[in-house]
Amino acid sequence: MASAYLPVLLLLAFVIANAGLIIGASHLLNKRRPTPEKLQPYESGIAPLGDARDRFSVKFYLVAMLFIVFDIETVFLVPWGVLYRELSCVMPRLADGACPAGAVSFFGLGEMLVFMAILVVGFVYVWKKGALQWD
Amino acid sequence: MTAPVADPAFLTRALLPDLVVSGGAMLLLLYGVWGPETEGRRRGLLLGALVTIAAATCATAFTAATLPRTGVGPLATDAFRWMADVVILLGTLLTLMVMRDHAPRARWALAEPAVLVLLAAGGMMLLAAARDLILVFLGIELMSVASYVLAGIDRRNPRSAEAALKYFLLGAFSTGFLLYGIALLYGATGTTDLARIGQALAAGPSVMATAGLGLLLVGFAFKVAAVPFHLWTPDVYDGAPTPVSGFFATAVKAATFTALVRVTLVAVSPTLVPWNEAVWWLAALTMIAGNAFAIRQRNLKRMLAYSSIAHAGFLLVAVATHTPAGAAAIQFYLLAYALATIGAFAVLSAVGEAADGILHARRLEGLWQVRPGLAMAMAVFMLALLGFPLAGGIGFFAKWYVLQAALQAPVPQTALSIILVVATVVSATFYLYVVMVMFMRPRPADAEAPAPTPAMTRLVIATAVVVILVFGVYPTPLVRVARASAASSFPAGR
Repeated sequence: MASAYLPVLLLLAFVIANAGLIIGASHLLNKRRPTPEKLQPYESGIAPLGDARDRFSVKFYLVAMLFIVFDIETVFLVPWGVLYRELSCVMPRLADGACPAGAVSFFGLGEMLVFMAILVVGFVYVWKKGALQWD
Repeated sequence: MTAPVADPAFLTRALLPDLVVSGGAMLLLLYGVWGPETEGRRRGLLLGALVTIAAATCATAFTAATLPRTGVGPLATDAFRWMADVVILLGTLLTLMVMRDHAPRARWALAEPAVLVLLAAGGMMLLAAARDLILVFLGIELMSVASYVLAGIDRRNPRSAEAALKYFLLGAFSTGFLLYGIALLYGATGTTDLARIGQALAAGPSVMATAGLGLLLVGFAFKVAAVPFHLWTPDVYDGAPTPVSGFFATAVKAATFTALVRVTLVAVSPTLVPWNEAVWWLAALTMIAGNAFAIRQRNLKRMLAYSSIAHAGFLLVAVATHTPAGAAAIQFYLLAYALATIGAFAVLSAVGEAADGILHARRLEGLWQVRPGLAMAMAVFMLALLGFPLAGGIGFFAKWYVLQAALQAPVPQTALSIILVVATVVSATFYLYVVMVMFMRPRPADAEAPAPTPAMTRLVIATAVVVILVFGVYPTPLVRVARASAASSFPAGR
């Protein structure tokens, strides 16, 4: 029973050892020549301006939250797409992967239509509420 | 071997009432957002909500009549579920009616709270039907997420925002306990189906299963506000708008107790010592502490919050009996308690808060002189919550049947019954204090009379009073229905 977890333990040990090796080696072998430019935070090549901990408009928060909500909900399409053939067939499929005649079901498509309808209601609400308006 | 795939057509039919409520809520959401909120639109919103609830009631009756009462699977279709649905829908209906009057006076929009109440009701009805821990979790989440937002619906009021934040943080925390408990139980028994968990635990639970049951119970105790997991309750009930607090105290509690009863009677054997001892201590502590804390409260919403904690303790006595008679007593109690509590919160909504947002008992001083009807109704609700015979209506019989179930159980809960009676006597101090303030204190000269009670609130208060008093004289039909539903849903031997 416990031996079933041995590969996990081995992987854990390997990951820790590997991380230690890489960081340790670069720590020991590199040459340190710090200059003021090198010590600056990296801003994709642009000279940093101001403090990052600034006050942002709350609109960014709202848009980010709406994005997350719809984004995560849409991710649900992926497992559904993977399982679509199973969901659309009331019986186990034949050897060649086809669904037996007469066993095709509307269930898989129907579920997703319901889900999308709920999503659209939410979207229409957000739109009419004016949450997508920037000004 | 995989679990048999449930038939989607059957599940859709079994879920029909929940689907009607949720679908109606979504249509109302679109109606509410389609234009500015005028008085006419508020009327339309209430009408739509009433139609949704009426349709859900019809769907419940239709589903109850056409589907077999027995069977296995994730969704129960037994009489216990249909009874719970009726209590939940009643609480939702009365809440929406009070809310419709409260919203324009408190200057918050009605559309979103009305929709959220309906969505929460959908979650509660799922919870009442859940015979699988995953569905229990789903129902609790659907109910709770809507509740967190409802607590903060008066968003310009910092007290409401504080209530929402506290409720959300502690609620999310308790959900963690619940989920961890479900995970451990699944790990120990290999299933989330309540009946199969019961079979697996019958041989004697492992340490993992015991820990899972304990965490599950903690999660439930948080949601029903049992001591020592009650700390959020006074702050949330005090800060949330008055009709919303009434909703939390009744429908949320009713749905959670229904699920707790189902879990107890289906998955836990009466001889499972750790669970039963934990429920015993929860019941005893909740009854003692809830009533003791309420005595000194003069903020009426906080007092009713402690009162709701105390009533959770009384209900836990019935859970501790572990019998169908206890389940029947709980359903009867939940109905009585829901009517009295929503009525009391409706009166508080009609009286209104002081400028500082606090509903102090002083607001009721001499209410008898200016609003005799409100004062009489509030007296009935307080006596019903106290469990006073006759004048308190069904409140008396609610406690009576809990006591009867506790004393006639195979393992009589004598000690809990004694605590229940003593706690009830103690609770007279604060329930009768409210009555005393309304009838025996003079109206302060500088106190303005409350605004005329709006029509819907008046209807809610009148309905609650009539039902409490009528069934207080003749409770037999209600009791018979509750007993039949519990006896048929939980066959003896468990």
